[in-house]
Amino acid sequence: MIGLTHYLILGALLFVCGLLAILLKRNAIGILMGVELMLNAANVNLVAFNHFSHSGSPGTVKLDGQLLAAFVIVIAAAEAAVALAIFLNYYRQFRTIDVEQAIGLKG
Amino acid sequence: MLAVGNHIALDAALFYLFAGMTGASAVGVVACRNIVRAAVCLLFTLAGVAGLYFLLNAEFLAAVQLVVYTGGILIIIIFGVMLTSTSPFSRFEPRTGEVILSLLIGSMLMIALVLVILHSPFPTGDAGGRASNTIETFGQLLLGDYLVPFELASVLLLVVMIGAAYVARGRRAKAAILMQRPEGG
Repeated sequence: MIGLTHYLILGALLFVCGLLAILLKRNAIGILMGVELMLNAANVNLVAFNHFSHSGSPGTVKLDGQLLAAFVIVIAAAEAAVALAIFLNYYRQFRTIDVEQAIGLKG
Repeated sequence: MLAVGNHIALDAALFYLFAGMTGASAVGVVACRNIVRAAVCLLFTLAGVAGLYFLLNAEFLAAVQLVVYTGGILIIIIFGVMLTSTSPFSRFEPRTGEVILSLLIGSMLMIALVLVILHSPFPTGDAGGRASNTIETFGQLLLGDYLVPFELASVLLLVVMIGAAYVARGRRAKAAILMQRPEGG
C-alpha cells in the first residue's frame, strides 16, 4: 500500500540530490539543475500532501496543494530563464562557465 | 473495471516504477560529470515526477510538468549548455575534499529527513477513491480564490521575459569587441 510516507521519502531523496548537485557541480548550469531538482522535491511533497490530507471530504475537491505547486512551476520557469540570461552574460565576461572563476562581480 | 485489489497492486507497481526512475536519474544528475548527460538524467527525473503526479490524481499538474519542465526548462538548459561551453563535453572536476564533505552533508541530511518522516504522525491510507473533475475545480479556484496570485504570476512572467531578454543581450557591443581581440582578453 503506497502511503504518504513513500512520497515524502522520494521527495527527501530528490531534495538531497539537488543539494549535492549544487555543492558538487562547478558548472553553473549544473547548479541550476540542482535548484530545479529541489523545486521538484518540494512540488512532490505539496501534491502528495494535497492528495492524502483531504481524504475525509468526498463531497468537495480541495486543491490548495496543487495550486501552490502550479505557482512553484511558474516561478521555476521564470527563475530558469533569468538564471540562463545571467549565465550567458557571465560566459561573455569570463569566457568560462566555471563558478570557481567568478572572483569579481564587476569583471 | 478492475477489482479494488488489482487497482491497489497496479498503483503500487506504477509508483515503484516512476519512483525508481525518478530517484535513479536524480542520482545520475549528481553523478554524471558530463553536463549533457546530467541534462538527459534531469529529463528522466522530470518525466518520472510527471508520472507521480498522474498517480496522485493531479492530471493537470502532470500535463503542466511535461509541457513546462521537460518541454521548456530542459530545452532552455540544453541551449544554455551549448551556448556557454567551448566544447559541449567540457568538464570541471570538484576536489576530493569537497566531494567527501558534500557526501557527508548529503547523507546526514537524508538520514535526518527519513527519520523525521518515519516518526511523524501523518494521515495514512488512500484518499478514498479517485475524484473526477479536478481540472474543473482547478480552473474555478485559479480564477476565483487565487485570482490575485494568478494575475501576479502573469505580471511576473512578463517582467521576466523583458528582463531576461535585456540581460542576455545587454553587453553585445562589448562582447563583440572582446571577441575581435586575438589574445581573448
